[in-house]
Amino acid sequence: MDWGFPESASTFGAQIDAAYGAIFYATALAFVIVQGLLIYCIIRYRHRTGRKAKPIHGNTRLEIIWTVVPALGVFYIAYVSASVWLDMKSEDRIPAGAYEVGVHASQFEWTVTNPGMDGRLGSDDDFVTRNQLHIPMGQPVRVLLTAEDVIHSFFLPNFRVKQDAVPGMQIAVWFEPTTAGEYPLGCAELCGLGHYRMRGTVTVHSPDEFDAWQVSEGAVAADIAETNTVASR
Amino acid sequence: MSTVAPTPNYSDLFHDPSHEDHRSFVQKYIFSTDHKIIGIQFLFMSLLFLLIGGLLAMLIRWQLGWPGEPMPGGAALGETRMPGGIMLPEFYNSVMTMHGTIMIFFAVMPLLVGVYANFLIPLQIGAPDMAFPKLNMASFWIAVPAGVLMVAGFFVAGGHAAAGWTSYAPLSTNPEFTGVFTGQVLWTLSLIILGFSSLAGSVNYITTIVNMRAPGMTWFRLPLPTWALFITSILILLAIPVLTGALILLLFDQTLGTGFFNAEVGGQPLLWQHLFWYFGHPEVYILILPAFGFVSEIIANGARKPVFGYHAMVGAIASIAILGWIVWGHHMFQSGMNPMLGAGFMATTMVIAVPTAIKVFNWIATLWEGDLHFHSPMLYSLAFVSMFVIGGFSGIFLASTPVDIPLHDTYFVVAHIHYVLFGGSLFAIFAALTYWFPKMFGRLMNEGLNKVHFYLSFIFFNLVFFPMHELGNRGMMRRIYDYTQYGFLDGLVDINRLISLSAFALFAAQLIFAWNFIWSLFKGKKSGSNPWRANSLEWSVPSPAPHGNFTFMPTVYRGPYEYSSVESDEDYLPQDVPPAKPPVPEPEMTLA
Repeated sequence: MDWGFPESASTFGAQIDAAYGAIFYATALAFVIVQGLLIYCIIRYRHRTGRKAKPIHGNTRLEIIWTVVPALGVFYIAYVSASVWLDMKSEDRIPAGAYEVGVHASQFEWTVTNPGMDGRLGSDDDFVTRNQLHIPMGQPVRVLLTAEDVIHSFFLPNFRVKQDAVPGMQIAVWFEPTTAGEYPLGCAELCGLGHYRMRGTVTVHSPDEFDAWQVSEGAVAADIAETNTVASR
Repeated sequence: MSTVAPTPNYSDLFHDPSHEDHRSFVQKYIFSTDHKIIGIQFLFMSLLFLLIGGLLAMLIRWQLGWPGEPMPGGAALGETRMPGGIMLPEFYNSVMTMHGTIMIFFAVMPLLVGVYANFLIPLQIGAPDMAFPKLNMASFWIAVPAGVLMVAGFFVAGGHAAAGWTSYAPLSTNPEFTGVFTGQVLWTLSLIILGFSSLAGSVNYITTIVNMRAPGMTWFRLPLPTWALFITSILILLAIPVLTGALILLLFDQTLGTGFFNAEVGGQPLLWQHLFWYFGHPEVYILILPAFGFVSEIIANGARKPVFGYHAMVGAIASIAILGWIVWGHHMFQSGMNPMLGAGFMATTMVIAVPTAIKVFNWIATLWEGDLHFHSPMLYSLAFVSMFVIGGFSGIFLASTPVDIPLHDTYFVVAHIHYVLFGGSLFAIFAALTYWFPKMFGRLMNEGLNKVHFYLSFIFFNLVFFPMHELGNRGMMRRIYDYTQYGFLDGLVDINRLISLSAFALFAAQLIFAWNFIWSLFKGKKSGSNPWRANSLEWSVPSPAPHGNFTFMPTVYRGPYEYSSVESDEDYLPQDVPPAKPPVPEPEMTLA
């Protein structure tokens, strides 16, 4: 089942969708039991002449059962969820050798700082793209997320990634794309009147294609930078 | 806990039918210190706000069903809001912000607490009035200017607050970010003032319940609405000061240029979220615990059976109230808060599902082997249980941190909150309104119209909010003015249009209730003192209850849920009816 989620394009997809499925089946079972009992009682015990209610005040054994059983259920869900969660969100669990890219959120656009061919941010061949995040397939990606003005939320539905970008904080987000293609990037936190149009595109390239993109795009960016410098002299 | 209630010394406050009531009209109905009138004042005010909040929801649904298309008659709202009937994004943000703010702070919270804590507590515990009647009057008249300021925001330059009901800083603090200054400040001021109203009320409710219970009204003979309102009042007393403090910091940031929540000058945006949700999660339970109480009362009455597991019910309310303080971080899983904290908050959040499950099973067990009478309060209460359970289940999805990643800030959350707050709290409010209407006004609401309203509301409520789970799964963000901007959400117009049409029908169904309410005030069938054949003390006084409530101090002999007891030939046994024969004392053990 895909639960109506957008098509998965990252390694998180299967894990999160499976966790959703587990909770779905558990709650569906509980739903059928609870609503079934409710409907049964409504029909079976409806008023009829001569019916007299039994003045039962309670039953300790039943109270214990319906305390312990749901408790075990939710503890199990929490236990399973915790390790998956920490794998996805803990900065110290981000795999080594991830492709690192900077994303700066501002009203109402995403400014992406690409590391260029040397793969390092903060070096001379870094270049900037707007509302365009390009990443290689099959390699973990580490996004360094910052915000300019208000809180935004970096939302990649197909990668099952969501992380608020908060002014004054730098938050590392990681995921590993598994399928090449173009995917939406959205803002999920109300950030002002242009919130609804603060969107971008994520392009996942095969490794070869990605190198080619970096070379050509990097060169274009360098040209623009050169021109700008010359012009300003 | 003591079994002996404190000896009261306020006997002269009780209703003396031989004395004429010398109070003027103003003292009686406007600046009244009578807890029942104050409750009714809160009732009219919050029903008005419920209507405003509902109208705002209709505007939201127009835009989402027909994004960017002119709304018939919308142009009347003016060039700055809906030029040519087309809603502007800034107006949408204000409407969405105010729908949440008004529904939570000015409709549901006062309907549950302001109305029923005031109206019910003295009647249910056998007291002539509240412990501090003047403070009680003040609590209503403080709420009035708060409401006026909140409405005034719609008419100021720049429009009303537009940062969401959660008012996340720094969006809410710097007018450059929203384009709204005055509206945002009015929003903050209004809620600061409203906080004082809530505090004055809660101090009063707590004191009254502790000190003014009639002889024999032990803690474990209190009706569950009073128990729930008692625990809710403690939550209000402890939570509102946190909000007020945070709002004052917000106001300083907005007007004096401080930077408590401004990272540029060393502040912290996340501080606002921690403070807001430290208040906000207990607030969620403030909005549901009284509903638990009302529904327990009405289900026992409808089933003609004692509440199953009374002590477990009280214990569950108390544990929810305690656990409610340590779950606030689940609103902040994706906020940048340390993920280890997120894991901890997930654990506490999951635990809170347990006392909730206890309550649901006890409600069902109360029906078991009962003699169910489906009067309209009972129908609303049964729907409450059914809908609240769905809201509880969607809560488990959101509580699971990894599953929350795709669902956070989407329509799945909107579905969840409306299942607990509309399917839950508001259905309980309809149950309470119809159940206690005769005690307030001496007349019954029209049962046929109530049933029409019930079935239409139940059907259209589900048609509005159930599909929103699907929208959330598909990734539709909440608080979004125009989702068709996103290619992957473009296909959701049809579902949204179905939701919008159902929402209009849901709103229309509420007009049936409004009509019935007003009609019944004047033309409803006279109810007599105990139309539901119920046990608690409010039903032993005339309807409407007179000033001073009881003609003399009632004595309580038993718990409130002795339905179908073997001690009585009837299927109910009021708390203040003396036992037919005095209980035989147990023979003393003697050493033979």
